[in-house]
Amino acid sequence: MEALSHVNYWAAIVLAMIGLYAVIAPSNLIKKLIGLGIFQSAIFLIYITAGKVEGGTAPIIDAGHAVYSNPLPHVLILTAIVVAVSTLAVGLALTVAIKRDYGTVEEDEIDEQDRR
Amino acid sequence: MSHAAQILAALAVPVAGAFLIWATARRPVLQEAVSVVTAVALFGLVLSLAPAVAAGEAPRVALFDIVRGLPIAFALEPLGMLFALIASFLWIATTVYSIGYVRANDEGHRTRYYVCFAAALASAIGVAFAGNMFTLFLFYEALTLSTYPLVTHSGTEEARRAGRTYLGILLSTSIVLQLFAILWTWVEAGTLDFRMGGILAGAVSERTAAVLLVLYMFGIGKAALMPLHAWLPAAMVAPTPVSALLHAVAVVKAGVFTVLKVIVYIFGVDFLRGMAGSEWLIAVAAATIVIASLIALRQDDLKRRLAYSTVSQLSYVVLGGALATSAGVVGGAMHIATHAFGKITLFFCAGAIYTAAHKRLVSELDGIGYRMPVTMGAFAVGALGLIGLPPFAALWSKWYLVTGADDGSHIAVIAVLLGSSLLNALYFVPILVRAFFPATPMPVAVGRAEAPLPILAATLVAALGTAALFFYPQALLTLVQPLAGTP
Amino acid sequence: MIATHLPVLQVAVPLIAAPVCVLLRRGDYAWVFTTVVCWGLLAIAALLLDQVMSGGTISYRLGGWAPPIGIEYRLDGVNAFVLLIIAGTAALMMPYARQSVEQEVRPERRHLFYAIFLLALTGLLGITATGDAFNIYVFLEISSLASYVLIAQGRRRRALTASYQYLIVGTIGASLILIGIGFLYAKTGTLNIADLAVRVPALGETPAVLAAFAFITVGVLIKLALFPFHVWLPNAYAYAPSMVSAFLAATATKVGAYMLLRFVFTVFGVHFAFETLPLTEILLALSLIAVLAGSLVAVFQSDLKRLLAFSSVGQIGYLGVGIGLASVTGVTGALVHVFNHALMKGGLFLAAGTIAYRLGATDLSALHGLGRRMPFTMAAVVIGGLGLVGVPITSGFVSKWYLVQAAFEEGLWPVALFVLAGSLIALAYVGRVVEAAYFRPAPPDAEPVGEAPWAMQLSTWALIGGSVYFGLHTDLTVVIAERAATVLLAGAP
Repeated sequence: MEALSHVNYWAAIVLAMIGLYAVIAPSNLIKKLIGLGIFQSAIFLIYITAGKVEGGTAPIIDAGHAVYSNPLPHVLILTAIVVAVSTLAVGLALTVAIKRDYGTVEEDEIDEQDRR
Repeated sequence: MSHAAQILAALAVPVAGAFLIWATARRPVLQEAVSVVTAVALFGLVLSLAPAVAAGEAPRVALFDIVRGLPIAFALEPLGMLFALIASFLWIATTVYSIGYVRANDEGHRTRYYVCFAAALASAIGVAFAGNMFTLFLFYEALTLSTYPLVTHSGTEEARRAGRTYLGILLSTSIVLQLFAILWTWVEAGTLDFRMGGILAGAVSERTAAVLLVLYMFGIGKAALMPLHAWLPAAMVAPTPVSALLHAVAVVKAGVFTVLKVIVYIFGVDFLRGMAGSEWLIAVAAATIVIASLIALRQDDLKRRLAYSTVSQLSYVVLGGALATSAGVVGGAMHIATHAFGKITLFFCAGAIYTAAHKRLVSELDGIGYRMPVTMGAFAVGALGLIGLPPFAALWSKWYLVTGADDGSHIAVIAVLLGSSLLNALYFVPILVRAFFPATPMPVAVGRAEAPLPILAATLVAALGTAALFFYPQALLTLVQPLAGTP
Repeated sequence: MIATHLPVLQVAVPLIAAPVCVLLRRGDYAWVFTTVVCWGLLAIAALLLDQVMSGGTISYRLGGWAPPIGIEYRLDGVNAFVLLIIAGTAALMMPYARQSVEQEVRPERRHLFYAIFLLALTGLLGITATGDAFNIYVFLEISSLASYVLIAQGRRRRALTASYQYLIVGTIGASLILIGIGFLYAKTGTLNIADLAVRVPALGETPAVLAAFAFITVGVLIKLALFPFHVWLPNAYAYAPSMVSAFLAATATKVGAYMLLRFVFTVFGVHFAFETLPLTEILLALSLIAVLAGSLVAVFQSDLKRLLAFSSVGQIGYLGVGIGLASVTGVTGALVHVFNHALMKGGLFLAAGTIAYRLGATDLSALHGLGRRMPFTMAAVVIGGLGLVGVPITSGFVSKWYLVQAAFEEGLWPVALFVLAGSLIALAYVGRVVEAAYFRPAPPDAEPVGEAPWAMQLSTWALIGGSVYFGLHTDLTVVIAERAATVLLAGAP
């Protein structure tokens, strides 16, 4: 049962691996960026999970509750999400420019053009 | 002026000269004048320091630290004084010679040429006056780098390849072996100062010392110990004045000078003599003497023949140090001087022949003695001098070397020394025979055609020097005697 | 009053200046403004270093919140030194920027270029100044994102792919650092580095700490571009605009080295990293391969900027050697090399940019005869190149001296030998450049080129001249670096 109690972590690991695979394997530049997004989301999941306190509630001070979840990881991940979105934006902008200059977003075709 | 100021001035003069030469690039005559004045000023400065050293003083000056506890320092001692005197005096002759040579052969890139020459001399003086091994290494490297543009001067494919060999061997040995040894010494002995009696004795185990000896001796690539001599014949693509001053005097002597410095002041003569595993150095030096002479025999290119002769003669000095006896060290030190005069004379002649007759090969020299009697006369002086015949200077240094070998009971070494004199004769005398007694009868119409006056004058000065050192060896001897330690 | 707020000003000033640049809407205004800002930052960095050297560690509470809850900017000898390097190179490169950017960046983008440049600067300064682990991640991404954009401004289209490649690799590296920091936070409940430095060693070798260590180290090595994580570097540096190549080469990898030092020495501690784990062996092996392989590949490059980029891969190896030896002498050598290499490689890339400015190309074949046509620029290349080889009186010699001495002190003489052998390979690639420029005649149909504009020369020579000055006067650099190394090896600050 212990394995199941860590289901979020297992999910994060699986997601991270899928993400990494998707960064490395495809030759399409957009697919790589999608993979990168999945990889980063996996990390967010780890943080959020770590912030959960068993039996805790939302961290708003209230007379009826004594145990709260740790809000700090959430805040950190808000920042990280902003970073991830910016990264994605820059990556997509680069991809648009590459499409404009090379006429393709396939890595092998780009390599071939560069070799020429 | 205090001694310290004089030492610094001696270093600054050629550097300032280099700047002035650069600044006068558009006025060739002025540029030549600046070169000569710089050379004369440098010799004057060095000479003014000589009496103090001869009187047994050891002026020191330390500048700032580069590495904690390791300052750039200069200290005068007899060996360095000797080297500085020879290099700066012969620089005057070479500068005059250069003016004639560069003009007559219409060499390009003159500013670069004169600037690098001055930089090389500044480095050589730095090597001579260095007060610790660290400073010496600094200027040793500067010497390599400043002479590289002179070797590749012509910019031909051959010159570039020679330049690669030159830089490759000299820098790789100095960085990988010598610097390695210096750092090791620094970590083990905690100092790199030159001290009479050495700094390694008692600081390192005998095994470490033996390894260090190998590292130092092969790390000082400029001493051209075989098998690390290939850079010297390669450097012969340079214009002849470069070969004459740098590759017969400044650069190669900086090499053997460093060898002697390391033996006398880093290892200490006594420590080296008592050390197991130092015999190989005598063997390698002796082998270099013989093998290089044999190779010289087979060279048809005159400058290459001289280069191999230099390789062989340099090992006399190394041998003198390796014997680790008083007479050996004194002989080695004297040979620095005597070979310098003899060999520069020969190179000057080679350059004169090239300038006046455009001949490079020994086999083309039939009857050249009739066209250029003065030049070939000087050549005879240089050649006989190097063979070790009286009345020329090398007799003295060879005498001391043989005595040194005898003191150390190295009978084989005596045989090598005497045998190599025979070999010297074998590769020099045929040139003279060819020049004055050609096998084929000479055409009657051959007129006199000496090289231009500056070349001739410089050649004669060098030749006279060879003879003068024979008749007045006392000055030389007084200077180097302290190296032998307490008599 | 303002003196107490210097730590935050160091980071906040460029951050605020960046949007101002956007508002200026004109490239030349933006350049003047950026120049003023950069020199101001240099002044701040110098004041901070002076404060640290005389008064010890500075702790600044951001917004007045006390650490470890609040974010702390914590300056000791190490990061104050690195701040000075970053701000100094940025300021010295500004005279160069105007003409170089005018040629390489389209007019309507120039003010944006400076805005992004300031953001990159913010990120690098932020990583260095902050005393908070998560802050490091955020600033790392700020600097990285800005770098991707800057690199993509290169004139050739390969700049785009180079930037994309860097973006992918760089993001993975930063994400790994993020995971590592998350593990540390989960185990200790703190993000403050000084606090972590106390609590992490107390945890011992738990799997979470080991994992955190692995993630952070690999992530940082990617940013540092130590072999085999260097793949992004050569293209990024070769195709970026001249100004960007020079700036990143001088600063970005140096900040990577700083992060490695900070995490390994301060957070995890010398004992954990070097005695429990075999970091010495790993770092030395990777670094020596980097030194040899990077330099060897550089020998066979036909383009000056690519040659310099691969040379950087090799020189980063020297940093790794010093850090890996984990002794005061070794870390001193590494820190001195951080400083010296910033000057040398920054100057060299500027000189290469100058050549590109005049010739439009940096192929070695285009350099033929350039020693006469651009004497000052080529002289700078030669001096900088000699520094890379480590010839005496250049600063490169000083750093190598300390590295080799450190290797001897640890009894690792083969390492010393490899370090020296690396110099020889450097000699080979520098020699190729020198031969091309000085000993091959210019092609007869070569267009006449003049020397570069004086402002570009000024920046180049400021850096190259500095590399010689600090090769002779080592008091400043070595004393600071040695203090910093002592602080790092003492463990918790």
